[in-house]
Amino acid sequence: MKSYFARRILQLVPVLIGMSIVVFSIIHAIPGDPATVILGDHATPEAVKELRTEMGLDKPLISQYFAYVKSIVTGDLGNSLRTKKPIQEEITPYLAATIELMFASMIIATVIGVNAGILAAWKRASWFDNIAMFIALVGVSMPVFWLGLMEQWIFSEKLSWLPSIGRFNAREPIEAITGLYMVDTIIQGNWAGLWDAFKHLILPGLALGTIPMAIIARITRSSMLEVLESEYVRTARAKGLSEIWVLYKHALKNAFAPVLTVIGLQVGLLLGGAVLTETIFGWPGIGRYIYDAIGYRDYPVIQSGILIISTIFVCVNLVVDLLYARLDPRINYK
Amino acid sequence: MKPILTVDNLQTHFFTDSGIVRSVDGVSFQVNEGETVGIVGESGSGKSVTALSIMRLLPSRVGKIVEGSVKFQDIEMSKLKEKEVRKIRGNDIAMIFQEPMTSLNPSYTIGNQIGEAVRLHLKLNRKQAEKRSVELLQQVGIPRAQEIVHEYPHRLSGGMRQRVMIAMALACNPKLLIADEPTTALDVTIQAQILDLIQQLKKTSNTSIIIITHDLGVVSEICERVIVMYAGRIVEEGDVRSIFESPSHPYTSGLIESLPSLDESVEWLETIQGNVPIPSQMPTGCKFAPRCKFVMERCKQEEPELIDIGMGRKSRCFLEGKRKNV
Repeated sequence: MKSYFARRILQLVPVLIGMSIVVFSIIHAIPGDPATVILGDHATPEAVKELRTEMGLDKPLISQYFAYVKSIVTGDLGNSLRTKKPIQEEITPYLAATIELMFASMIIATVIGVNAGILAAWKRASWFDNIAMFIALVGVSMPVFWLGLMEQWIFSEKLSWLPSIGRFNAREPIEAITGLYMVDTIIQGNWAGLWDAFKHLILPGLALGTIPMAIIARITRSSMLEVLESEYVRTARAKGLSEIWVLYKHALKNAFAPVLTVIGLQVGLLLGGAVLTETIFGWPGIGRYIYDAIGYRDYPVIQSGILIISTIFVCVNLVVDLLYARLDPRINYK
Repeated sequence: MKPILTVDNLQTHFFTDSGIVRSVDGVSFQVNEGETVGIVGESGSGKSVTALSIMRLLPSRVGKIVEGSVKFQDIEMSKLKEKEVRKIRGNDIAMIFQEPMTSLNPSYTIGNQIGEAVRLHLKLNRKQAEKRSVELLQQVGIPRAQEIVHEYPHRLSGGMRQRVMIAMALACNPKLLIADEPTTALDVTIQAQILDLIQQLKKTSNTSIIIITHDLGVVSEICERVIVMYAGRIVEEGDVRSIFESPSHPYTSGLIESLPSLDESVEWLETIQGNVPIPSQMPTGCKFAPRCKFVMERCKQEEPELIDIGMGRKSRCFLEGKRKNV
């Protein structure tokens, strides 16, 4: 088991190297000279030359690449062209905001999706199954910006139950430690802040979680349907176990692998693809950060953003793989 | 002898898209305390469905007991709520299934799966349950029981897994054990071992056993009484010896003739011509008539009753009635 983990982690190395090459190439894939692009068409040749030297563009490509890798490894992502600040400092709060939102939406999606899927499979072809699967179909097809706007309109505008914008009440700001405000407020014992941060998370979390929830529900249902036909489920029933026990212990563990895959992929999608949700809910996340950088042609920021998102994506998939091995003892570790 | 299980006019139907399938159509029999009864028949004769009906383990969406009663001791099983049935299942009545390779959950250890039943029914704690699991594994002849408890099913052979299934079924000292084709999926040598094991358990525990099989060899080896089923009905019933010596129903004789024998050297084994009728084309008269060597005009018109032919034997054949009247 341990050697399997070690080997799986080692396998990451070539993936990460490939990724760094792709991200590195972005700056060179821009048509024309990067320095000219960055400085604009009206820059003087001296300024362009100076920037080329500063960026190391006058050196051979291979040494540029190694310099780039060296700086990433040491945690130096370079400076933003727009703000001139180090990217690693600038990006952290955005990343934390996105991660908090992602957790919220994935928890909502997984808890509701998995349970709905189980119940739908168990009561196959019942009214619950039909309604749940209809909602899931609608959920998958719903544009997230429309859903977000509807939520804001109903829960903030009409009912005034929940806040619609931002991460906390601006009049009582929360002090950041990790940047995950739900965690920070608990560390500080700031219970009012916790409640506030929680309320701010619900609507964007729900909007972002709807599509994954629908996908998870459908996958769980089909996977459970297959497992519920199996003979070990009948054995479990023959032992006199209750249905809850049969479903959640004997069936779910065997049905969970495809669900886990979907969860892993959705986490990746949510990380980068939350731009719309983040924009609608004024959520200062990494999607918006990168989106803004694109508008300003802030290439180092775009590069770093892609690098971070893809690294997290790769890590999430590693975790999924390791969890597979926990789920199914038959997975060969050799 | 006191009956432990009384099945009376059991009718189990499957409601499928292509119509109603009468898998079990008016089956009645008894199993006495400490007795071993074999239910034999070809695939599709309704023997497994009979077992699942007794356990109330039918696939709930399609299979339903539409009539009849199943009495375990003095409890009417068909009237019990699901919650009350669960107290009997795995506790008083246990079941062994045909496919040991797929009947164990691949994701949990052997100990966990055996322990589950005793923790549920005998209210043992985790430690006691593990101890009991080891005892049970030893009882069914599994070597290195201490280690095997912590193994996952995929590490064991088919024979070993069937032993585990038996250990699991015995966990709560059931009064009735239903074994559905317990040896069909196993190698011949392993089959013999498993049958030996069941024999042994029979001697030590006084558990009543129902063995469902299509293999008359198995029946002759361990059963006292045998019930022959065909197309959802009992066609013959009686003690093993007299049925083997003088089968009454042509179907039973056919089954016995198709057994290979060591005494005679024959080139071809006897077979019963034709197949079990499919539900949509069930014959109106005797269900076996289309395949019967002795078929008469009457057999095609009306169905014979299951009649008492003496010595505790029953048969569903007009020939038997004739013999009696003469």
